[in-house]
Amino acid sequence: MPKATIVLFSGDLDRAFAAFLIASRAAAEGWDVVLLFTFWGLSVIRDPNKKAPQRKEFAPRMFDMMMPKGADDLRLSRMHMLGLGTSMVKKRMSAKRLLTIREMIKEAKEFGVRFYACTVPMEIMGIQREEIIDEVDEFCSVGKYLEEAKDADVNLFI
Amino acid sequence: MADETLDCKGLICPRPLFETLKRLKKMDVGKTLEVIFDYPLSKEEIPETVRKQGHEVISMTEENGVWRITIRKMK
Repeated sequence: MPKATIVLFSGDLDRAFAAFLIASRAAAEGWDVVLLFTFWGLSVIRDPNKKAPQRKEFAPRMFDMMMPKGADDLRLSRMHMLGLGTSMVKKRMSAKRLLTIREMIKEAKEFGVRFYACTVPMEIMGIQREEIIDEVDEFCSVGKYLEEAKDADVNLFI
Repeated sequence: MADETLDCKGLICPRPLFETLKRLKKMDVGKTLEVIFDYPLSKEEIPETVRKQGHEVISMTEENGVWRITIRKMK
């Protein structure tokens, strides 16, 4: 079976949608799929219901405040328009009976997509393992990702 | 008559395919599933994908833009 790896670097609603769509579609066909969350993409896998220990340093506190708190909190990469554009697109998605990003995470897991979270940007931003959703299979380094990517047929950076 | 029916009318790509695959996964081998959908792209995508996964497409009909496909779960 073919294999795909997708790096979700972005924390934008539209880009996350594309990443989950490709990941689930491939996994549904029986592909081996790895989805690596890094930098802004980490906001997609933050769990708003989990309480991480209080951040003490200034920069991590800023990141905590400024970054979206999980899959339901993402914004469009363009035309966010103070929330108006994003809310319109979410309404359209729901009118077309598409899944929300949160539901797409569940579905991707159902199809067997493996979720990795990159630890280096977590250190930089002060994101802690305690605030990451349970669906993440592994916290890993770039080396582990390269190991997966080197024999994959499709490697995407979104 | 199929053993189970899945109504995907009004759903757009990739929902009809994903719902079909998820339902097939839950069914017993040998059982049949009828999927009803009206998204034109799904008429190629669903039979191609389920065949690739080793299932059998028993029939597919179209009436007024609504397709009905019957699939037998083979493994």
